[in-house]
Amino acid sequence: MDLSAINPVLLIASLMVAATPLLLAAIGELVVEKSGVLNLGVEGMMIVGAIAGFAVSVETGSPLLGLIAAMIGGALLSCLFAFLTQFALANQVASGLALTLFGLGLSALMGQGYVGVKPPAMATLDIPVISDLPVIGPIFFSHDPVLYFGVFLTAAVWYALKFTRIGLVLRATGENHDAAHALGYHVIRVRVIAILFGGACAGLGGAYISLIRVPQWTEGMTAGIGWIALALVVFASWKPWRVLLGAYLFGGINVLQLNLQAAGVAIPVEYLAMSPYVITIVVLVIMSRDKTSAPGSLGRIFHASS
Amino acid sequence: MIVLEKRPQPSRAWSLMTPVVAVVITMIAGGLLFAALGKNPAEAIGTIFWEPLFGEYAFFYRPQLLVKGAPLVLIAIGLSLGFRAGIWNIGAEGQYIVGAICGAGAGLAFYPMESVFIFPLMVLAGALGGWCWAMIPALLKVKFGTNEILVSLMLVYVAEQLLASVSLGLLKNPQGFGFPGSRNLQSYESAFNAELIEGSGMHWGVVAAFIAVILSYVLLNKHILGFNIRLTGEAPRAARFGGVNPTRLILFCLGMSGMLAGLAGMFEASGPAGQISIDFNVGYGFTAIIVAFLGRLHPVGILLAGLLMALTYIGGEIAQSNLGLPAAAIQVFQGMLLFFLLALDLLTNFRIRFAAKGAA
Repeated sequence: MDLSAINPVLLIASLMVAATPLLLAAIGELVVEKSGVLNLGVEGMMIVGAIAGFAVSVETGSPLLGLIAAMIGGALLSCLFAFLTQFALANQVASGLALTLFGLGLSALMGQGYVGVKPPAMATLDIPVISDLPVIGPIFFSHDPVLYFGVFLTAAVWYALKFTRIGLVLRATGENHDAAHALGYHVIRVRVIAILFGGACAGLGGAYISLIRVPQWTEGMTAGIGWIALALVVFASWKPWRVLLGAYLFGGINVLQLNLQAAGVAIPVEYLAMSPYVITIVVLVIMSRDKTSAPGSLGRIFHASS
Repeated sequence: MIVLEKRPQPSRAWSLMTPVVAVVITMIAGGLLFAALGKNPAEAIGTIFWEPLFGEYAFFYRPQLLVKGAPLVLIAIGLSLGFRAGIWNIGAEGQYIVGAICGAGAGLAFYPMESVFIFPLMVLAGALGGWCWAMIPALLKVKFGTNEILVSLMLVYVAEQLLASVSLGLLKNPQGFGFPGSRNLQSYESAFNAELIEGSGMHWGVVAAFIAVILSYVLLNKHILGFNIRLTGEAPRAARFGGVNPTRLILFCLGMSGMLAGLAGMFEASGPAGQISIDFNVGYGFTAIIVAFLGRLHPVGILLAGLLMALTYIGGEIAQSNLGLPAAAIQVFQGMLLFFLLALDLLTNFRIRFAAKGAA
């Protein structure tokens, strides 16, 4: 065992990379849940985004087009969820599960020809002098643009929820859809837009894994990150900045356990690999004592007649 | 303009019809999918649904229907109890794995001793293993109000790692030339879950599935506990006023579904699969969710849905080897089925009216 092989600066830099897919998916889901909808299909939308982005960027040679395709892919899949829950008034838990099962199958089907292919690389930020600074350079100034976009998105969602009219309407819809309806807001319309936003974010998060973090395509490569993102929203008590904090925490655990595996710690690999999931459970237990912050209408079906 | 009007009572006719209509629509949509993949849709659908039952090699495939259907039905019966009461155990895959590990482990502990008591002991161990694994989300929910959906699902990933760990370590075959995986239980007579009637596919797991169907039917229709489960699902407020104890209900539903999933895993490991290996689980725990919904959370419906889903597995394998249909296409097909089912469920609870705009 050689713990000195773990470089703290690289650890923090790779932690930020590991946290980004989680952050993107969780911020999307936060907005969805704030509107009063529980979409359990995050895992499905992520994996479809992962393969859609991968396929498009391999075919076109442009990572940017791939990322856009991933967002469209995730949003398209979430359309199905929006239709089922908002228009066909189906149970949200069951519909979300259906979305995940379907997404996993669909992505495996789409990804058949892409196993072992290398995607075009995404350029990372490279500012002369600043990016070369010791410690600060690798941590803050030499990542890919999507990572910065994730942080920007967190800030934007925080601002929109707290200070804008759109955010207010969204929160009202989530807290009490009957009251929002009575005030003349279009509950269904608000929720559909939120679901599509969540789908696009999850898709982008998925593509970040297949295009930047790994970067290659394997079946089922999201490996539960979508579900951890769902847990993260609970962990964060539906607050954007806490999502960022949580994502970095989970990213840190994941990177650390990978580093420990590589360093050959005496703990068996399987136990290290299960640690992120076990820690998610522990965190859920600690955070779920406080139920007050969940949106009031979360998971409830809205129909104007009832 | 289309207007939805809530029915005072869910329609019984539509409730029975939706699974059938959903299957038909899925066949059509599946046909389109297969056509898009460059296969002849009629041939592909025929291969999946006709070939295993009435084709040239049907004598070989028909027993498989029971072998593949049994774990699906067993797990789905357990899940349906919880789903009815709004308790969502979606980690059946994990409970299935742990049940298999415990069951096989109990048997292998006695190797090479032969005794009639070994197999019953393995059954108990398998059931207990699945039960314990499901008790984790159950107790956390009861004690701390933790979301059982997320916890049970996280435990699937933990169980998968556990499976990898035991197939490489604890249960690894000492005479296996270093290959991962346990001893083959098929060649250990006392632990082998053999066919009860030669060539029928009927093993103890199939028997257990039938018993589970009957018992859950009795439970739901004749027992106060079953009534409480249904009441909690349909009218939670009324259930609370009626004095239904939610804690007991959560422990019972999650424990029961874990136990049945554990049993399914144990019967699979000791019979058709024969050993514990890294890729032992094939997603029965997740497919069983589709089975439970397709069967309308009703025991008899689940039995039929389980057989149908087993058919798509077997037919899918035939289509894979004969037509070169990708394995993932079948997964998509199964996922689509759940979509159409959920969408069509609208017709059970709502009436669709075409009204002039402004009239509503």
